[in-house]
Amino acid sequence: MLSPGIISRPVYEGLEPDVRARHNLIIAEGEGASAILDLAKKTPQDFFAKTTLLYCPAGSAPKNYENQLQALQPKALWTFPTPATVMFRLKGVLQTATMGTRLYVTGTEPFIGLALKEALEAGIDHKSLITEHRGSAKRRVQCVHCKGFTEDVTTNPAKCSHCGLTLLVRDHYSRRLAAFQGVCIDAEVPGDAPAPEEIFP
Amino acid sequence: MGLIFKDETFRDDFTFSNSPAAIRRFPFPFHEDRYMYTVNIEPHIPGPKGSAFEFPIDIDEHYLSDMRDRAITLAQDPLRCQSLPHMLTAEWDLVELLMTSMSDHYPEHFTLTREGDDWHWINRPMGIDQTFVFGDVATLPYRPMEYITRQCQGDFCLLDQRDGDLWMDSGIVTSQADWSLDFDVGMSFKEWHAPVPMAHEVGVFDRALKFLLNMQQGKPVRRLNWTMTINPRLDTSPENYHKWGTDRTTVTPENVGDKVHLRVELQGLWRLPRSNAIVFSIRAYLIKMDELVTVPKWGRRLHRVLKTLPDVIADYKGTTRYRQTTIDWLAKFDDGAPTSKGCWPD
Repeated sequence: MLSPGIISRPVYEGLEPDVRARHNLIIAEGEGASAILDLAKKTPQDFFAKTTLLYCPAGSAPKNYENQLQALQPKALWTFPTPATVMFRLKGVLQTATMGTRLYVTGTEPFIGLALKEALEAGIDHKSLITEHRGSAKRRVQCVHCKGFTEDVTTNPAKCSHCGLTLLVRDHYSRRLAAFQGVCIDAEVPGDAPAPEEIFP
Repeated sequence: MGLIFKDETFRDDFTFSNSPAAIRRFPFPFHEDRYMYTVNIEPHIPGPKGSAFEFPIDIDEHYLSDMRDRAITLAQDPLRCQSLPHMLTAEWDLVELLMTSMSDHYPEHFTLTREGDDWHWINRPMGIDQTFVFGDVATLPYRPMEYITRQCQGDFCLLDQRDGDLWMDSGIVTSQADWSLDFDVGMSFKEWHAPVPMAHEVGVFDRALKFLLNMQQGKPVRRLNWTMTINPRLDTSPENYHKWGTDRTTVTPENVGDKVHLRVELQGLWRLPRSNAIVFSIRAYLIKMDELVTVPKWGRRLHRVLKTLPDVIADYKGTTRYRQTTIDWLAKFDDGAPTSKGCWPD
């Protein structure tokens, strides 16, 4: 979905079932639900019976994906109002997760990034996650100057929501921070920033 | 003979300069009249007497002022020094490497006495006399890497080796050419080099990584890298770019000689014995154009290198706004005569 070529950015290979896993943990946001429905077309029969779904409808709430997800008869389906509440639950689930648990994440890149960050902090190797990007190409950006994070960035340049500098969103990504790097675009000639363009719709 | 340390600044009034002796020993990086990315790694073996390569760790006339500038930067932004928890053994390895090298090669300034794990370190220029237990963090006033690198010129990164890759898991970076340790901590070798243009495509990082993964203890290597900096500013960090970025618009034909600096990084790499990590040291040397052209070969050559530099590299190094002004100024020092091979003055 996202354009390739950013070397520090994780590659989202798409959801494929790991049939050896004893338990599946699928973390999804918005249109990520459609990736789960696509995944269901290629899973063995018992797959969802050993699957826990954590879902945040976000902008896809009007589509009522929850009903379709429930129809897959997962072991559990939990829905959450915001990505932050998903992450809070994920942290708790990972604390008691057992050997043989496979983690899947799907949704926008910031959402995948935040889940990956939780996984890293729980000691899970980032390469072991199965991920698929769905929905908006919006980015989560860290201002290199004030270190504040700006969510839902769709333009380049973009204004830092904390210090107000106009940031060039660089194609440089940190898994640890789950963010792209934002650097002041008019540092050399203050006030000389180009107009923002919608680059990450 | 001991070094005489200068009292100078790398910010505000910028009183930094090189003595004639420091100009002669400057590690000029261009061995020919053009520049392109190469791996350019060579054994870090002793170079000519008096040169920046004479000893594994080079201490020079700027030592005390460098260390004062680092302390100022750390006080403003402590996250310039970071270490993931599993890097503590590598930090102690670094303490050993730097203390032994500095005391072996500059005995008039530094003394290390070891009795088992009881170590006694004396740093005379900085007025430090410290006894500590090697391996016991509670016996030093800072974590081990920060303790010793507040007393050693150059930025240092400690690279963990696992899964066939190198990971930027620890470092102290206060004099960087526009990269952020805070952002890059935890990244793999190619990830932290992601923003560098052209070099990925020509395979430089594949070859460099393969080489580094096979580095052995006792066989350090080095390479030179370079950029340009306006004013002798060590802290050209992205963190403070919105404060120093305007420097780049202040270059005029009249002030090129004083304002425009060639910034050379002597990068050293060592395999560490206990942790199997790799030290990556980045020691920056600055020289203003007025000083550089006192060596005629360097004036001629830098003129030709800047003229033929690919635009994408010139942009990445942040030289776009003042490159032509600098080329025009340097043209006065290029009579077209051939230059001799190698980097050293004629």
